[in-house]
Amino acid sequence: MVLLWLVLVPLIGGILSLLSDRRPQACRWIAMAATCIDLLLTVALWIGAPVRQSRWLYELDYNWIPQFGIRFHLAMDGLSLALVLLTFFLGLMAVLASWTEIQERVGFFHFNLLWILAGIIGVFLAVDLFLFYLFWELMLVPMYFLIGIWGHGRKIYAAIKFFIFTQLSGLLMLAAIVTLAIIHQQSRGAYSFDYESLLNTPLSQGTARLLMLGFFAAFAVKLPAFPFHTWLPDAHSEAPTAGSVILAGLLLKTGAYGFIRFVLPLFPGPAYEFAPLMMTLGVIGVLYGAFMATAQHDLKRLVAYTSVSHMGFVLIGVFAGNQTALTGAFLQMISHGISTGALFILAGALQQRMHTREIGQMGGLWSTMPALSGAGMFFVMASVGLPALGDFVGEFLVLLGAYRAHVGVTVLATLGIIAATLYGLKITRQVFQGPNRHNWRLPDLAAREWVIVAPMMLGLLWLGLHPQPFINMFQQLSERPQSVAALQIERR
Amino acid sequence: MQSLLWLIPALPFASAAVLALFGSRLPRRINSVLGTAFVGLSALAAILVAAAFLVSPPAGGAWVQRLGSWMEIGDFRPEVALYFDPVALVMVLVVTFVGFLIHLYSVEYMRGDEGFSRFFAYMNLFVAAMLTLVLANNLLLLYLGWEGVGLCSFLLIGFWYKDPSNVRAANKAFLVTRVGDTAMAIGLFLIATQLHTLDIQELMRRATAQWPVGSGIAIAAAALLLGGAVGKSAQLPLQTWLPDAMAGPTPTSALIHAATMVTAGVYLIARTNALFILAPPVQFVVALIGAATMLLSAFSAIAQRDLKRVLAYSTMSQIGYMFLALGLGAWSAAIFHFMTHAFFKALLFLAAGVVIQAMHHEQDMFRMGGLRFELPLAFWSFVIGGSALAGLPLITAGFFSKDLILWQAWAGPNGNGWFWILGLLGAALTSFYTFRLILLVFYGPEKLEVPHKPGALIAIPLITLCVLSLIGGYADTPPDFGGVPALSNFLNQVLPPLKEVHIGPVTEVITALCASAAFAIGFGFAYFIYGPWRVRTPREDPLLRLWYSGWGVDWLYDRLFVAPVHFILHASKSDFVDDIFSWVANLADRTSTLLRRSENGRVRWYATGIAAGFVVLFAIVLFVR
Repeated sequence: MVLLWLVLVPLIGGILSLLSDRRPQACRWIAMAATCIDLLLTVALWIGAPVRQSRWLYELDYNWIPQFGIRFHLAMDGLSLALVLLTFFLGLMAVLASWTEIQERVGFFHFNLLWILAGIIGVFLAVDLFLFYLFWELMLVPMYFLIGIWGHGRKIYAAIKFFIFTQLSGLLMLAAIVTLAIIHQQSRGAYSFDYESLLNTPLSQGTARLLMLGFFAAFAVKLPAFPFHTWLPDAHSEAPTAGSVILAGLLLKTGAYGFIRFVLPLFPGPAYEFAPLMMTLGVIGVLYGAFMATAQHDLKRLVAYTSVSHMGFVLIGVFAGNQTALTGAFLQMISHGISTGALFILAGALQQRMHTREIGQMGGLWSTMPALSGAGMFFVMASVGLPALGDFVGEFLVLLGAYRAHVGVTVLATLGIIAATLYGLKITRQVFQGPNRHNWRLPDLAAREWVIVAPMMLGLLWLGLHPQPFINMFQQLSERPQSVAALQIERR
Repeated sequence: MQSLLWLIPALPFASAAVLALFGSRLPRRINSVLGTAFVGLSALAAILVAAAFLVSPPAGGAWVQRLGSWMEIGDFRPEVALYFDPVALVMVLVVTFVGFLIHLYSVEYMRGDEGFSRFFAYMNLFVAAMLTLVLANNLLLLYLGWEGVGLCSFLLIGFWYKDPSNVRAANKAFLVTRVGDTAMAIGLFLIATQLHTLDIQELMRRATAQWPVGSGIAIAAAALLLGGAVGKSAQLPLQTWLPDAMAGPTPTSALIHAATMVTAGVYLIARTNALFILAPPVQFVVALIGAATMLLSAFSAIAQRDLKRVLAYSTMSQIGYMFLALGLGAWSAAIFHFMTHAFFKALLFLAAGVVIQAMHHEQDMFRMGGLRFELPLAFWSFVIGGSALAGLPLITAGFFSKDLILWQAWAGPNGNGWFWILGLLGAALTSFYTFRLILLVFYGPEKLEVPHKPGALIAIPLITLCVLSLIGGYADTPPDFGGVPALSNFLNQVLPPLKEVHIGPVTEVITALCASAAFAIGFGFAYFIYGPWRVRTPREDPLLRLWYSGWGVDWLYDRLFVAPVHFILHASKSDFVDDIFSWVANLADRTSTLLRRSENGRVRWYATGIAAGFVVLFAIVLFVR
């Protein structure tokens, strides 16, 4: 039942805040309460996690549309537990970050925010593919409004672009899901959308390849993998802060999650077959993203492109075909969510103070906002992969594992460290250091902002210095089926 | 006492954290006490541990203190563990003790600065990162310290961040060293994949057992680690960041050059010596890089006008000697020279700080002169430190360490006459630029007034370092002079021992005499050209200009790397992939515009359309069937 509440609490909270639209402050408190409740619930689930006997730690299974074998089936293992934890953590941060930024239609804003979170949670928990697709779409629509209504600049363009990219690729996935169910009906005599039964559906090689590409389309766009990344810079930079945080921190993770949860176990053969291509796309993403990031003049756009670069590492890790790299990809997902989310929050804080995102208008901010600049340096250093912070562990493990699979790919991806240094230094040099040419006099981090920044710093230090609890969460609490698929790849 | 080991890096880490979080709210006095005392306590802990180690050496020659596991994935299990053996002992003592003296000095030097607490936070973190690097028992933890050192150098070089040129220097240092770090990271992947461990002792054992000498994999591993080492130690071809790194406050320079950062590369190679022994070509390249850097930067030092840049090039040159020693297989000689160099280079930088502060941040030597009466302490510090740097025979520390390297250049297993001659040439150049500096700054007519005299907190470190620069060399004296090579013997417990293979016409005594002659020649030329009676005007000469610019390497790299990157960045403001998608979108838009024209409300057009459609369909039915 707890799993259901995880989804229901944000849904109900969203409706409540929509109803109390006249009292903005109430909406904010409702949203915060909803995310807090779910965060605490998730922590309780983590602490109380049973010693693993079956595939899932927690499970909830109702009949829904029996004619088509569709079930309301939610389940949680270590992988989804970690991502759900990340979701509510960043969700809370997003609510706090919009506390003063959003002043119009506050109720509707928080309604959208909470419904996106519900959709994301659903995606991480659903193990019925029909249900999965439903939640996949549920994330999309409120995000469209979030960007289109509360965004900046070319917000309509960005929102439509985001919508078309995700929707089109999602339809390909839907086609693949329906085909899977039909194949299941042909071979077993009954429709099923259930993850576990579909795992055992026999597929011919050609079909498996085609279906895998259907899933790949949806996940590659969400991740995003080069060359499907171009919706991201627009959506990230025009979205309000909370939107950027959720996009970068969570929506991208649904793509990576999809690869680990569905593509690898359902289609191990094609996953192995396409691995060199995927790793190549990953490397291109790493280098291209970093390079494009360095070329940007808009701070949020710059950070957005760094996501392309970081997600390239995730793609490499997922398809490198061994536990080390896969675990690295997992850690990179979590760390990237925090470090990039924090950078977006700081960029949003700067935008709120300066009313610009142009890097050329900044410079020398250290002298007027030492705490904010110090925090900025911290997260930039996390983003460029400095040891002792989370991203380093993820990237290092990805590359270490990838080295076993393919030396050339690894060497090129490691050059991403230098490329990352370029964009990291661009931020520190042109935003925080140097003379304060435009004579900015701005208020430093407020108490509310400290409440956001400090836990994110601690989280990154935790992930960097003692990642073992998370590694265990991934490896021990969800040993199968991801690792099985990965090992299958390795064995061939 | 062994249990105190973890305190050595933990103490400066703790004070760095406290200073970073609360420093700006604490009074200055508390900041300075925190900043220095914790490094001092760390030095004390180091002394206690070292004493215990010397009194009762452990059976295996080293102490290992396990603090916990970092991560465990399959067989990849790097630990957080400290490794304390004679090499680590020497490094730790030098880093903490010299670091402490520099911190003490900084309390007075930086007292008027608005970023006082920030400065001490960075400095403490710097020392802590270096200690982590030196004490790490596996390469991953070492890499953590390695990157931490890089970060702190970036923060400290750009400490006065309001000046864009400082920021540029800081960025350059971070970027250039990270190029080397990338090579090193690939080296770690290779080692971890091939040998299934990153534990330094264990990987050396396995490598020796598994890899034949001169095998490709051993060469690759050693070469990749060397890439990291040349970046941090500012050797060719990644040397360009160091001269610009003078932008930081002077105590920072002292710390970077003497105790931390640039010696990390030397330490890494000495620490992983087995890998380099397995890869003779790479070891030869180490010697070549060392010799080349040593000579080229000595020439550059001759042409500088900026006091601190002379010292910067001199550091590169002296690290070149250490690399030469490593390449020759004279491992302990490199560590010995590291130790004496830490004493006299810290001394020279701190004394330079006194001069620079007295001159209101004037650093051009040609605008100085006659300071020996105004600043006697700085003068004597320079005389003693400079003599040690130049290798004044028998009474300075630098003489003994350099002499050992020169002797090994001839007699060592990889030695030959060429390295020996190049080493002597380098010694003569060193002597020349050192006394050029002293003569220009302290002799001749007085040009500027000195309003500010140093106080006790500056005097104590200077005097201590003067003493160490004089007596530090007696730790290891050649037998031919009736001495005892105590340090070499101590280090050779863990490092491959010094060997004397080529004994021919040149003996150790002859080498020492030649080194003394090189010192005298350099000094003579300097006195002749820059003597007190001479008119001091900087000379204009194409060759000098080339040396002044560091052999034009910056110019070359600007064209080879910086300009193309800038060009591509400039050209790629718009995402070309996005252009493709926009093209598709435009196509759809155009098509719809085109099709919309057909919907014009004229019945005749519609009728024509229907008729045409009918004809086409009819034709298809008729002919295609």
